[in-house]
Amino acid sequence: MALSAVMRPPVAAEPGAGVYNEKLGMWVFLGSEVMFFTALIGAYIILRVAHPESWAPPGEVLNVPVTAVNTFLLICSSVTMVKAFAAAQHGRQRPMRLWLLATVLIGASFVGVQVYEYAELVGHGFVPSEGLYGSTFFTMTGFHGFHVTIGVICMIFVTWRAFRGRYTAADHRGVEVIGLYWHFVDLVWIILFTIVYLI
Amino acid sequence: MTTSARVGEQRIEAAVHAPAHGHHPPFLRRYIFSTDHKIIGIQFLVMSLFFLLVGGTLAMVMRWQLGFPGQAMPGGGVLPETMAPGGVVLPEFYNSLVTMHGTFMVFFAIMPLLVGVFGNFLIPLKIGAPDMAFPRINMASFWIAVPAGLIMVAGFFVEGGAAAAGWTSYAPLSASPEHSGVSLGQVFWCVSLIVLGLSSILGSFNYITTVINMRAPGMTWGRLPLTVWSLFITAILVLLAIPILSGAVIMLLFDQTLGTHFFLPGEGGQPLLWQHLFWFFGHPEVYILILPAMGIVSDILANGARKPIFGYKMMVASIIAIAFLGWIVWGHHMFQSGMNPTLGNSFMISTMLIAVPSAIKVFNWLGTLWQGNIRFTVPMLHAIAFVSMFVIGGLSGVFMASTPVDIYIHDTYFIVAHLHYVLFGGSLFAIFAGISYWYPKMFGRLMSHRWGVAHFWLTFVTYNLVFFPMHALGVGGHMRRIYDPTQYEFLQPLQPINEVISIAAFALFTSQLIFAVNFIGSWFRGERAGDNPWEDNSLEWTVSSPAPHGNFATTPVVYRGPYEYSSPLVEQDFLPQTVKLSTDTPPAASPAGD
Amino acid sequence: MGWILPAGASSYAGEIDWLYYLILVITGIAFVVVEAALLWFLFRYRARPGRKARYIHGSMKAEVIWTAVPAIVVVVIGILSSGVWNDIRGRDSVPPDALPIRVVAKQFEWNATYAGPDGQLGTGDDFTTRNQLHVPAGRPVVVMLEAEEVIHSFFIPAFRVKQDAVPGMTTPVWFEATTPGQYELACAELCGLGHYRMRGGVTVHAAPDYERWQTDRGSPTVASTP
Ligand code: HEA
Ligand code: HEA
Ligand code: CUA
Ligand SMILES: [Cu+2]
Repeated sequence: MALSAVMRPPVAAEPGAGVYNEKLGMWVFLGSEVMFFTALIGAYIILRVAHPESWAPPGEVLNVPVTAVNTFLLICSSVTMVKAFAAAQHGRQRPMRLWLLATVLIGASFVGVQVYEYAELVGHGFVPSEGLYGSTFFTMTGFHGFHVTIGVICMIFVTWRAFRGRYTAADHRGVEVIGLYWHFVDLVWIILFTIVYLI
Repeated sequence: MTTSARVGEQRIEAAVHAPAHGHHPPFLRRYIFSTDHKIIGIQFLVMSLFFLLVGGTLAMVMRWQLGFPGQAMPGGGVLPETMAPGGVVLPEFYNSLVTMHGTFMVFFAIMPLLVGVFGNFLIPLKIGAPDMAFPRINMASFWIAVPAGLIMVAGFFVEGGAAAAGWTSYAPLSASPEHSGVSLGQVFWCVSLIVLGLSSILGSFNYITTVINMRAPGMTWGRLPLTVWSLFITAILVLLAIPILSGAVIMLLFDQTLGTHFFLPGEGGQPLLWQHLFWFFGHPEVYILILPAMGIVSDILANGARKPIFGYKMMVASIIAIAFLGWIVWGHHMFQSGMNPTLGNSFMISTMLIAVPSAIKVFNWLGTLWQGNIRFTVPMLHAIAFVSMFVIGGLSGVFMASTPVDIYIHDTYFIVAHLHYVLFGGSLFAIFAGISYWYPKMFGRLMSHRWGVAHFWLTFVTYNLVFFPMHALGVGGHMRRIYDPTQYEFLQPLQPINEVISIAAFALFTSQLIFAVNFIGSWFRGERAGDNPWEDNSLEWTVSSPAPHGNFATTPVVYRGPYEYSSPLVEQDFLPQTVKLSTDTPPAASPAGD
Repeated sequence: MGWILPAGASSYAGEIDWLYYLILVITGIAFVVVEAALLWFLFRYRARPGRKARYIHGSMKAEVIWTAVPAIVVVVIGILSSGVWNDIRGRDSVPPDALPIRVVAKQFEWNATYAGPDGQLGTGDDFTTRNQLHVPAGRPVVVMLEAEEVIHSFFIPAFRVKQDAVPGMTTPVWFEATTPGQYELACAELCGLGHYRMRGGVTVHAAPDYERWQTDRGSPTVASTP
């Protein structure tokens, strides 16, 4: 399928990255996000290797089953995102809107479950000042949750625009760009879930 | 659709916020919430000059105390009791002064001056684009930086005073109010830098996208001016280094406010972890502060010498090499920190290696001047000063890179001398060069040559009187960040040097008033500049001064690199990038992305 | 003063000073070469009417030379430095017979604990002095550095010793004083409002005097802390 004019790089004569600005910009921005999470995860690894005894065995403090379900939810939302993008590419408005809506809802429920999880933990006395374990747990999952929240807000905006018919087969940049971000945040979660909950 | 029609459409798309020539948006949109990269550049200029002045003023108070410890400062009576009762600076206030001086200078003066001002103003103009890729994000980047600065300033006015743990904010001191006496100030420091980090990241991915995707036809990578190359590589450093700082500062903030234990040893946190994170960011940061300066100087030297830059390819390669090596040397700030000493050897070797690309740059600048036809304009004077002063700063770096020598000079004024030679002698001279060079394109008028020369010589001389003797202090063992050097017997013989430095510093500060007057005065009454006052080849000089909204009436087409000075092909000694000679063929219009 | 280091008084001060002067000479040469060339070019190639600059884009040969020469020079400096570093800070550099002294830095004082006559830290005959460090001449001393709350830095300029004291860590640093006399101990890491006056004295005793001092201090009648 040929790309429409707007989906191409803006300057035809000097070959750039071969993609339009918003997409390139998002890729570059995600590079920055990678470094941000590298700082958090790196600190986590260094602290944990030095003081393994500060961590409770997996499942003792954290509720792994609930979070596993939540992880599954987030992965589902990546699937619905892919569906939405595929629909957008073909200009199929109704499926695109519905898949986007589904992504918003699932994303929001992920945040909801996380808030519930936090409330439970704090109720049991597990707080950020609770040793290295509490410090790293809340900082890492908290910042991930913050990213998901931002993602949901942007996704609501994109969905709203979708309902107003702003995305066509020729130009659906918003859907593609938010999708990149969404998949990234999902990927980070899979890493966090593994190292924070399972190991 | 034909290619050219599509290009036109794209350019309009990208420049929706930069209306066509002649149309002026209302005042608020035009000057305050403007999305025009040139206005944003000028906004950054005003903001960062203000913070330069703030940082300089703090330095004067420090210098008073260091030169004349314990004596009442003239005019110091206006300061509140908590800072300087009776005009005598308190030790806790001195620590705030050092910290805030370093912080303002690095984060709110030099970095925005180089990246914010020249990055914004020059990138689109020099690559032939109508604006940045994301004009609105660009505007956001500026308006996020302003509150960050205000929060930093606000630190002075809260209970306990401003942050006082050094610009490096080493934990646990920075995270334990019970030991530092500063609680809110330290929190403000963190919040401010997190906000500023967001601003920098928004700026950097914008620059990167713009340079990759929006170069005018014919503006190949091999024809990019070195200013753009250096700003591009710098943007990558900003993009990757700033989030590390943000992450570290967030952890520090949580240690201060939420009771976490990242850097506090009690529950197994690691003070050295902060240092590793800070310097993993911090060393790339110092190259963020020098690479754009090197780019600016390269362009101005070639122009002033009326010669092509010597060894363009190596100049680009060395920028990239410096940026790359900058990531693996951070440990040289930690030789005496208690870090595993074996690591010291590897960090020493990687640090030493940075001298190699730096040497290439220095000698290529000399090569550029060799057999030139040198014009001593004000920008050129500053650019030459950059070369001669950066060399001093760079060479003193080699002492510190040598681990055994660093044992002795670490945390002494030798370091202070080094950092001011690279940051003032390097970055700030390049900034003076850049401001006077592009002033006409920003404001349509030239800065006064006569006052410019006076400012240059006064600055050059007093600057060296301030900072060169600091090497001697360092060699004498004089520790940095001390409020009163006369406490130590072995430092008492050095006190006369401190006095000389302080007096020279006051002269240096006063000399800057000339610059301020010249800068502000020329805005209103400077001589009107033509389109191309320096007879430069780069694209920004093909448009009127000041550069119009939307930059180029039609997309420029580029036929050659920016350094074709004294080319035998033409009579005059410069040959702009857009001039089409009979031998030139237009660039192949190969649409990308198909 | 100027570029001359103050007199050193430890066994390895000479090595460090030698490296310093070597680098001073090398960088001094680089400095003179660069600045002289710069000044000469500025004078020789100043703009004159009717002249055109030479149109030349570079020279591979020149660039190779000025890449290779500094590269070799810095690698040599690096290798020489790492040798000295290994002697001073290397894995097994602490001499086995070194006399242990525990130094705890806290805002804003230095507390030194000595092993006492039995030569062992952590035994009953240990004793502590505040802001006064006593060491023998001609015998290596290993300082076990600790910090109570924030980072300090143990700096004896005359011995060319500097080592951060980090809370939560014990860092060994050794030196061998050569000349009996009085020296100053400084704190070199910003540690709060009293950082500038966190000063201590160092007394180097001739070996026999040190023995006498230690027995006096270590005897129960004189208990710890002055
Ligand atoms: C613009 C900023 C900038 C730049 C460019 C540099 C450049 C260099 N810096 Fe500097 N540095 C700082 C800013 C900068 N630094 C700051 C702010 C600090 C203090 C932080 C703090 O603690 O507050 C610091 C501290 C600092 C330290 C830590 C010292 C300590 O705390 O104990 C070290 C140690 O290795 C170091 C080394 C170097 C080296 C080797 C270079 C090299 O890149 C220099 C390379 C250049 C040359 C060598 C000159 C040109 C070459 C020639 C003329 C060829 C001939 C040369 C030879 C044959 C050697 N720097
Ligand atoms: C680029 C950065 C930069 C600049 C320009 C300066 C400039 C100066 N610095 Fe600073 N300095 C640092 C960065 C910088 N410094 C850093 C990072 C530290 C380490 C901090 C720490 O230890 O934590 C430091 C530390 C430091 C110390 C060590 C303090 C200590 O350890 O106790 C001293 C002591 O003398 C000092 C002095 C000075 C002086 C006298 C100037 C003078 O050059 C100042 C002269 C004045 C100006 C340059 C302002 C002029 C204003 C304009 C030109 C604006 C014009 C205005 C309009 C147009 C409206 N500085
Ligand atoms: Cu203790 Cu400075
Ligand atoms: Cu560094």
